[in-house]
Amino acid sequence: MTPSPAERGLRESATFDRATIAGIRHAAATGVYDIRGWGAKRAVPHFDDLLFLGASMSRYPLEGYRERCDTDVVLGSRNAKYPLHLDTPVTIAGMSFGALSGQAKEALGRGASEVGTSTTTGDGGMTAEERGQSKTLVYQYLPSRYGMNPTDLRKADAIEVVLGQGAKPGGGGMLLGQKISDRVAGMRTLPAGIDQRSACRHPDWTGPDDLAIKILELREITDWEKPVYVKVGATRTYYDVKLAVAAGADVVVVDGMQGGTAATQDVFIEHVGIPTLAAIPQAVQALQELGLHRHGVQLIASGGIRTGADVAKAMALGADAVAIGTAALIALGDNSPEYAAEYEALGSAAGFYDDFQDGRDPAGITTQDPELAARLDPVRAGKQLANYLRVLTMEAQTIARACGKSHVRHLEPEDLVALTIEAAAMARVPLAGTEWIPGNTKRSGAGPSTGRNTHA
Amino acid sequence: MCGIVGLHLRDPDLYPRLGRLMASMLDGVVERGPDSAGVAVYGDTRRVPEGHAAVSVLLPPDADPSGLGTQVTAAGDTTIIAAPIGVDDLVARVTTAFPTATVVGSGEDLAVYKGTGHPAALATTYDVAGASGWQALAHTRMATESAVTPEGCHPFSVGPDQCLVHNGSFSNHATIRRELEREGVRFDSENDSEVGARFVASRLAQGEDLEKALLALRETFDGFYTLLVTSAQGFAVVRDPIACKPAVIAETDAWVAMASEFRALTGLPGIDSARLYEPEPGKVYAWTR
Amino acid sequence: MDPLTEAITVDLATQPVRALNAELHSPSSKAYEVLAPAGAHAVAAGIDSGISVDVRGHVGYYAAGMNDGGVVTIHGNAGTGVAENMMSGTVRVTGDASQSAGATAHGGLLVIDGSASMRCGISMKGVDIVVGGSVGPMSGFMAQAGRMVVCCDAGDGLGDSIYEARLYVRGAVGALGADCVEKPMRDEHRAELAELLAAAGLEHDVTEFRRYGSARRLYHFHSEQAGSY
Repeated sequence: MTPSPAERGLRESATFDRATIAGIRHAAATGVYDIRGWGAKRAVPHFDDLLFLGASMSRYPLEGYRERCDTDVVLGSRNAKYPLHLDTPVTIAGMSFGALSGQAKEALGRGASEVGTSTTTGDGGMTAEERGQSKTLVYQYLPSRYGMNPTDLRKADAIEVVLGQGAKPGGGGMLLGQKISDRVAGMRTLPAGIDQRSACRHPDWTGPDDLAIKILELREITDWEKPVYVKVGATRTYYDVKLAVAAGADVVVVDGMQGGTAATQDVFIEHVGIPTLAAIPQAVQALQELGLHRHGVQLIASGGIRTGADVAKAMALGADAVAIGTAALIALGDNSPEYAAEYEALGSAAGFYDDFQDGRDPAGITTQDPELAARLDPVRAGKQLANYLRVLTMEAQTIARACGKSHVRHLEPEDLVALTIEAAAMARVPLAGTEWIPGNTKRSGAGPSTGRNTHA
Repeated sequence: MCGIVGLHLRDPDLYPRLGRLMASMLDGVVERGPDSAGVAVYGDTRRVPEGHAAVSVLLPPDADPSGLGTQVTAAGDTTIIAAPIGVDDLVARVTTAFPTATVVGSGEDLAVYKGTGHPAALATTYDVAGASGWQALAHTRMATESAVTPEGCHPFSVGPDQCLVHNGSFSNHATIRRELEREGVRFDSENDSEVGARFVASRLAQGEDLEKALLALRETFDGFYTLLVTSAQGFAVVRDPIACKPAVIAETDAWVAMASEFRALTGLPGIDSARLYEPEPGKVYAWTR
Repeated sequence: MDPLTEAITVDLATQPVRALNAELHSPSSKAYEVLAPAGAHAVAAGIDSGISVDVRGHVGYYAAGMNDGGVVTIHGNAGTGVAENMMSGTVRVTGDASQSAGATAHGGLLVIDGSASMRCGISMKGVDIVVGGSVGPMSGFMAQAGRMVVCCDAGDGLGDSIYEARLYVRGAVGALGADCVEKPMRDEHRAELAELLAAAGLEHDVTEFRRYGSARRLYHFHSEQAGSY
């Protein structure tokens, strides 16, 4: 075997590493920027940088499996006649039919319904498969309004007005022609096979003052029955959350930069937005200042949630629920080693595949190819998702009990410490073993930054 | 992100009714800006007696301004000090006496009120309905990125008898602020709209007219805006070239009115036969006395 | 009189919009008259049956929003987003309409006797829009399907990034938007235009109109088109 470059004493540039070189070569060869799926791949401070302070002597834990630790959550109680009651705070994030196959949408509905949580539509409208299999379905109201119609709006259990997502705050979508099948095209009123550009702003309102009037209209049309969510990509989160509430949101969804996408420019995914860890405390501060945190307006956090520990940490920081996207797709079978050879043939590898825009997903999830899509058995995949959601819920419960909580929502920032200074500053919790929360000073004009000053 | 209303009277018979008309207009944009409200009135001789200059000021707590002018009135967070001297002299007198005070308006014809709270309550505090005069504007605020304080409230009145109110959000104001600061301009708030007001004031100070100053603003500022700008001469409206933020103009022989929404105009006399239109993107509309 | 044909009057000076809309969603009559709208928002939004509603006065945002089958006449001006996302039915504005009239509407007929301001027919998805006067800048932005007829002028940026909608303009057109081009008027177009004008109750010589649509150059993503994205 030939020795590797490192064995030969060659030194790789940290600046021009192999992925960077490949990116430059791709740009030079095609003249088009890289569009891909999945979320940010760079390392950013994340939930892994936080640890829980389990009970010991000063506090008492609850007995695992015996003593009660609830996980249910009510979403949208502020204005809606029918708020959502979910059994677990782990919900399924919006992913469109178009980006995903009908089978994948059905599987998401099956898995979520089995454990008593909600799924969410996406850009492209509501499908019968999805509505049929989802006990609780959140209907996204997006700038493109593809497939948007009042009949489906009334069929939904909640409405989510989407301003942006963590993978691309400020950007519109791009669904390449390979995925615009006749059915997708019909639902979106577009010619089949074209590259479809989604708008980044809504066509009939801009800004929170006009959003307030739009939300009023949505409530009027649905007779004030349904909770209205507002979803933002995490950037100036403190202000955005305050404005979402001012505009009338019952629930605010904050999607951090690790949040996935079906197809967005790589430069956007990696360079726009702030990590989920940094966004949650800003959102919580905004709600607390309005007197609505845990009373009136609920916060859903998303972007890189993978484990029950992540769920518990997001909730300890102040989220009422979380949403998962990429992790749910993996549970369905996305990037499964079962298709390793096919991923290789596509120039990728199992665990690395992110070309969701190409529509050639061997796992039959991010595709509109009927043959590929038929590979996904919605019943089996739904079961896998249900299993995964149960694990997330039980893991979060386990941690909550260890911290002495009878409900996962009772976790609080004081149960957390940080492993790194960066995470401590962003999450506004002390560095482990200290009482130090870095960055408790306000930069003029840059927005809020207050953390716990004391920790008794 | 806010509501804007403005009224420029052509018919002097309406001058005594200015306040009542303004109060009904303000009521129509309350929901657009629940955080705070500001009002500017031109030509109310009860508030600014003839031959007087007036300074509208946010004073520090416990300040006693009674000796600074011949007429001192307070309404909510704002105090209006009038004296029969030049505008610059009066501003200097007030800021010397209270170095931490914020001057929110000055001129020979202008009274400005700013404060936080519900706009409907503030309209009573300011006695908007009791105002007379030839021109007025009002603003209700839904704060975007700066604090909800009286200083951050509109209008921004940073030159003699000038006011600017803004609906929208500038997206390159930090750089323009730094450039203005380098030229010696001082700021009272972190508000993006204040940057617009200071920019216009610096252009007017260089001798440009309102229309030219607003065209320069259009070339310099990014972001979405509907702006209403007033001066001792008149009244101007401009929207950014994409023009997402709303604006309606109504005109009759007796008045010109501008509002974020039509419903703020419904109480105006003769509204049913007024010429109603929306300002085109990037175009400056100006009226002078 | 038959209670189903006798018009019910709702006076918004004394009744909230919410009560009006609740009634219109479970109608006890086939006809309604709405008084004193005074620029209120979401008037007659979400109608899902074939009732007729006459609104006497100017309305605010999203009047007759998402209309599905109703025949709504606004005797006055309409604010932003009149008949937005309409599915079917007819909405008529006897005065002018503000921004984003007929935005994203899938079907039905929107008639504006006066003029419409910016972004008329933005992202329209199958609706027919007939404007007696002019439309403002950026009208027909990303228009996907349906027909828009403008009897006077159209502002700059007409049909920017348009897909398959067809635009007919009788008067002057400002600068066309990216990927929007003038196309020949053939018999089939004159016939469909005559039909639309007749449906709107407007009389014009169809030969005075010109047709605009997509050059389809932006249908596939190429860096050579970077200036247009």
